[in-house]
Order: sequence, then structure tokens, then C-alpha cells
Amino acid sequence: MTSVAIQNATPPLVKGARATQSTIFLKITMAVSGLIFVGFVLAHMYGNLKAFAGHDDFNHYAEHLRTIGEPILPHAGFLWIARAVLILALVVHVYAAATLWKRAKRARTVRYQVKKHTGAIFASRLMRWGGVTILLFLVWHLLNFTVGKVNVKGGATNDPYNLLVDTFDTWWLTIIYLVAMAMLGAHLHHGIWSATQTLGLTGSERSRKLAKNTAFTLAVIIAGGFSIVPIFVLFGVISK
Amino acid sequence: MRLTLKIWRQSDAAAAGAMHTYEVDDVSEDMSFLEMLDVLNEQLNAKGEEPIAFDSDCREGICGMCGLMINGEAHGPVTTTTCQLHMRTFSDGETITIEPWRSDAFPVLKDLVVDRGSFDRIIQQGGFISVNTGSAPEAHSVQVPKEAADRAFDVATCIGCGACVAACPNGSASLFMGAKITHLGELPQGQAERDIRVVNMVAQHDHEGFGGCTNIGECAAACPKEIPLDVISQLNRDLRTALRHGH
Repeated sequence: MTSVAIQNATPPLVKGARATQSTIFLKITMAVSGLIFVGFVLAHMYGNLKAFAGHDDFNHYAEHLRTIGEPILPHAGFLWIARAVLILALVVHVYAAATLWKRAKRARTVRYQVKKHTGAIFASRLMRWGGVTILLFLVWHLLNFTVGKVNVKGGATNDPYNLLVDTFDTWWLTIIYLVAMAMLGAHLHHGIWSATQTLGLTGSERSRKLAKNTAFTLAVIIAGGFSIVPIFVLFGVISK
Repeated sequence: MRLTLKIWRQSDAAAAGAMHTYEVDDVSEDMSFLEMLDVLNEQLNAKGEEPIAFDSDCREGICGMCGLMINGEAHGPVTTTTCQLHMRTFSDGETITIEPWRSDAFPVLKDLVVDRGSFDRIIQQGGFISVNTGSAPEAHSVQVPKEAADRAFDVATCIGCGACVAACPNGSASLFMGAKITHLGELPQGQAERDIRVVNMVAQHDHEGFGGCTNIGECAAACPKEIPLDVISQLNRDLRTALRHGH
């Protein structure tokens, strides 16, 4: 290189490196916590489809979630274990994302004047702000259905099926929900593939294509499955 | 051909840089991109202006010295090195934006020249195998399956140009590391130091200030040697194995 390089002090070589202190370890925690969420949203989406079975079946399903594992587990015991795992996964996922985001910003402090994104799918560019959007939606969603139980129509809040119908009969609540599901779909489209790659499962062209196709299929199934319930409520197919 | 060039000028590592606009005439479409810059520099010399500094060496696509961000793509729109990119790729009257690799681990030294010493230090941390010198052993005594030999050779074509880092939205050097990890990991000679290699190389990578990989894939699209994303999976897998082995 040129003579200027010699003037720069050479950063020392790292000694005593540990795998747990690497960015890749951070990514592995992100992948594992993300896969826990994938399992959760799949089960959640399946449960929501019970709305098509009507008032009694849906509410019976909701009540059953509280009796899983009885009498070995106490009432709602399984639910609380699941919640604890999900909260832990959320803390890990957000912490890893924030750390890597900050790192990426520091890795390129002078930006390009012109930058194309050849080779990137659109969803991959939405991961960070999309993740923030999903987090905000999650807060709203829990206030709406779990913690606060807000019924904008002023109806009953202790009846899961009626709360669902009242909520999605309101057009703007359905819009918020659908936008969030689009974000979730994009997040899963890139995220599921990214998790398999981070876990080192895609070491060939064939496995890479399989992982990418699986990610896309699961994203469509999950985001689509969630979306049809509010859409069918809004158009009166699912009603009280 | 007549072209308008918007080029990053920066007098030294400490100075603030800016984009400057130049007009260059009489460009043949058979010229390489670097020859086009040579023409511009001759014009600048004739006018008594400071020529534009850029890196180049072999000019035949095998040394990894050249590398420019051309219209937002590392090495321009064709899958090759900047020196092998020909002006016929562009059209008469076009405006071309030329920037240096942007990465805080590749500081700009002057104009379009960056210091890629961080790559050398990553290699110093494990991009090698340790063997005693002396007479070469009988080649047939260590057999390598054809598939492994082919894959090792394919990824060993990495020339360390830095296009992967330049293209990566996170400024990560994972494709570069993955290529070396896969190259040595496929061969019997690379096994003894396999765990410590990945841990040390990744630690140096992080220490140099490169970003983390988010598997977007712009690196593989920019790579002039078409190193596939699979090598990053291999890198991650090797780190996970090292983790399990207590490193």
C-alpha cells in the first residue's frame, strides 16, 4: 500500500478470543429466540382460525389454553410457562438486534452517495424498522386483547370471541392489524432463512434454496392465516 | 464516448473529502474502467491538477488490488473486478458516480484508495495452516475427496478485494472470512487448527470494527469471484462447533 499506511498505527491482534464474545454468538442467540417466535406465531395463528368454528368453539379453545397440563400443572400453569419463555426470548432477540444494529452503524459512518442493493430481497431491508413496528404492535395487541382488554365498541371484554368480533368490526383496527401482519410476513420471510443460515444449516446451494423457499412459504401461511380472521370479521362472515 | 464522472476526492486520511465532477472525452468502449481513469488523469496532469489516486496492480482480475464503488455497485454492474470492467457496459453521455469502499475498517488513505490492512490481520489470526518446513511429503499420502478439493479450490479464488464489505449494508466481512474458513476446513491439513482458526478470525473481524452479518446476500452478488453465501453458513457452523468444543 502507499506510504500513508505506514503512518497508521497497526491495531493489535486479538489475544484470548472466546466464541461467546463474537458477533456470530450474538446472531445465534437471535436465531434461536427467533425460531421460538416462529413456533409461537404458528400455534397462535392456528388458534385464531377457530374463530371460523363460531362463538362457543373459539371460547372453549381459549379456556382450554388455561387447562393444558392439569392437574400436574396448576390452572393457567402452561400459559405462564409459555409467557416466561416468550418474554425471555423477546429480551434476547431485542438485545441482540440492538447491539448488532449499533455495530452496523459504526461499521460505516460515511455513507455512500449512491448505493444499489443488488442481491437483496426487499424484506431483508425491512428487518430493523420492521422489527420495531412489530414490537410496537405487540404492545398495542397485548393492551387490546390480554392485559388491558380494550373494547372500542364498549361491549363485554371477558368474552374472547365477542371481543375479537367487536375489535375487527372497527375498520381502523383491522387496518392496523393488517399492516402489522404485512410487517410480520416480511420479517419472517427474511428471518426464517437468516436463522437457518446463522445456525449453519445451509452449507450448499440446494439447502440454501430449500431454506429460502421454506421461509417464504411459512411467512405467507402465518401472515395470511392471521389476516383472514379480521378480514372475514370486517366483511361480516365471522359475526356475533 | 463522452462521460461525466462524479468522483470522491480526499487529499489524505485526515482530510474531509467531497465529490468532484469531471468531464472526460475520447473514451473508447474497449477501454477498461481503470484505463478510462488513466485518460482522465492524463488530462488532469496536462492541466497541472492532482491526478486521482486509485489502486490497481495486475489489471487482469486476479490480484484483488483494484476496487471501486461504481454507481452504487462494488466493481460496477458486471460480475468482475474493476480492471476487467469495460466501458462498453456504459453508454455515451452517462454520468458515473465513483466512490471508495466505505467501511470504517477500510479507512480512506487518499481519493479512492483505502487501507485494507484489516483483512491482512484477519488472515494473520488463522488464514493459514502450521506445518514444519522441510522436504514436501508424498502428495498421495493425504487423500482429498474430489468434491472437497473442488469446493476448497472454488472458495480459495477469493482475492481479498473487499467488495463484499463494500456492498454489505452492515459492513461485514463474513463472506471473506467464510471463504477462508471453508477453503481450509474442506482440506485434511486444515483440521488441526479448525476450531481456534474460526474463533480467532472472527474475534479479529469484530475487533477491526466490521459489522455483523444479517444474511442479506449483497456480498455474494458483488463478489467478482462468485463466492457463494454457503461459506457464511460454514463459518457460522464452524463457530458453533468451536463453541461446543469449549473455545
